[in-house]
Amino acid sequence: MDIARLEAIARGCRVQIERMLTHAGSGHPGGSNSVADLLVALYFGRLRVDPKRPDWPDRDRVILSKGHAVPALYAAMSRAGFFPESQLISLRKLGSPLQGHPDRNALPGIEAATGSLGQGLSIALGEALGLKMAGSPARVYCILGDGEIQEGQVWEAAMSGPKLGQPSHPLDNLCAILDYNKIQLDGFVTDILDLEPVVAKWQAFGWAVQEIDGHNFAQIGKALDQAEATKGKPSFIVANTVKGKGVPWMENNPEWHGKAPKPQEAIRAIRDLLGVSEAAWDEYLTRDSATKAVVDELAALEKT
Amino acid sequence: MAAKATRAAFGEALIDLGAKDPRIVTLDSDLSKSTMTVSFAKKYPDRAFNVGIAEANMIGVAAGLAMAGKVPFAASFACFLVGRFETIRISVAYTNANVKLVGTHVGVAIGEDGYSQMGLEDIACIRALPNIPIIQPADEVECKQVIAYAAEHQGPLYLRLTRQNLEPVSPAGYQFRLGQWARLRDGSDVTVIASGGTVFNALEAAQQLEGDGIRAEVINAASIKPLDEEMLLASARKTGHVVTVEDHSIAGGLGGAVSEALCEALPTAMKRLGVQGFGESGDPKGLYVKHGLDATGIARSVRKFLGR
Repeated sequence: MDIARLEAIARGCRVQIERMLTHAGSGHPGGSNSVADLLVALYFGRLRVDPKRPDWPDRDRVILSKGHAVPALYAAMSRAGFFPESQLISLRKLGSPLQGHPDRNALPGIEAATGSLGQGLSIALGEALGLKMAGSPARVYCILGDGEIQEGQVWEAAMSGPKLGQPSHPLDNLCAILDYNKIQLDGFVTDILDLEPVVAKWQAFGWAVQEIDGHNFAQIGKALDQAEATKGKPSFIVANTVKGKGVPWMENNPEWHGKAPKPQEAIRAIRDLLGVSEAAWDEYLTRDSATKAVVDELAALEKT
Repeated sequence: MAAKATRAAFGEALIDLGAKDPRIVTLDSDLSKSTMTVSFAKKYPDRAFNVGIAEANMIGVAAGLAMAGKVPFAASFACFLVGRFETIRISVAYTNANVKLVGTHVGVAIGEDGYSQMGLEDIACIRALPNIPIIQPADEVECKQVIAYAAEHQGPLYLRLTRQNLEPVSPAGYQFRLGQWARLRDGSDVTVIASGGTVFNALEAAQQLEGDGIRAEVINAASIKPLDEEMLLASARKTGHVVTVEDHSIAGGLGGAVSEALCEALPTAMKRLGVQGFGESGDPKGLYVKHGLDATGIARSVRKFLGR
């Protein structure tokens, strides 16, 4: 898939992230926006999945271990056809399959219950191993947060990954991706518990490590190709990202880790995401009816 | 039939089941010689995974294997396994992953190793989680049936197994069923509900009590969650006095579960026997005497409870 198209899809997903978080009144915009490009790169042109058969045994799996960024996953899944876009605004509402953190039993296509940080990579190891034993061609992708890898269980899994299944079933069907946006809930990762040297650490644990710009679709695609071509060991991609990517006043700001925008803030964020000036906005909306509908819906939210 | 530890029966049952069911795999965290999965690992090396001393990862890997269609038995000492509660809570229970969690070395009966190795709060922890039944077999026959049941049961389970040998208690023709208890002895004065390592002692206590003219009904409660409410209420209605006996903390275990059920459905005079405080090193028999879980101790507590 060409890069301009992936960028357009990612922009659309980020618009949906602002929309759904504002309707929910809570959630995590910063980490959703930082991971969005990685998820779009996976769901559009990479994953072998069929939204009509979410339980297809040989499907590729995505485990979003940093479960708080699930709005980005819901946006990508809905765009990919797993459920209608209209359902996105049920996020975090009573009875909705779009739980505040991923629930495997609530929404078909969610592969693991995550959000309790540190658990996803172990699950990914087990799935990758089980798929290998079954002779399945499926691949497993696990997306970790940077703050998340401060959890001890991640390092148990890190030590286990290159060894598990050897020699007959090495986990080269597994690719873990670190959404390295440098900010966690309480502040900057370097101030709370620095991860560096993070590339050297995963290399030392025996993973095939690459480091990329996690917002550059060419680099993401190439790294995923190389992970697929790597044999005998699991891959680990350190994706350098920007927290709140796409909304200038959210970028690199710890304040937007876990706070939903208000309707007017969301509208401004959407305008910034689309790169439209304030002066040109009204005129722009006359030409983009889909965005206008989202904006009207958000504006109505403020009145209620 | 000779006395046998339920962990040993578990190891033997796995080998038989493994031959019939290729989905079965085992996971260990460097205790396979103690949990007795080592024989399965020798027979099926491609289906046994020792992940090192990393229980949380072991539980997560088991969940992943289950999602890929395997039937994983993840074993460790009960305290180390259930100690990774948050991983069990999300990766197994909430996920409804088809993982069989096997906690061995339960209770003060492990003896000399002392408190840090004793599973004493595991029932209380797992009871709080939706989705996970808790089963504690009382002898070899029952244990092998329980393991076969576990392999067929769709969804997570927690199995509680002993280090020490257990005397046979199951009647001829016994068949384990989840949510069903076994009445091992009829009585009319008091209901003694025991589980796992204390069942044989409860039977011996009942014999001692008979000498005093006290007719104790003895029930083996292998299915701790769910309880057999039908049998519980019928027996409590008959005797009016219920005693629970378990090698587990007095808080939150079998006694806790029975109390909760009775207090809502049929308030009944109750006495819970179990471990108070932390465990400690010592010979297992001495520890059972200290905590009143030996036959004489149980009989003494029952007499006092009945005021006779």
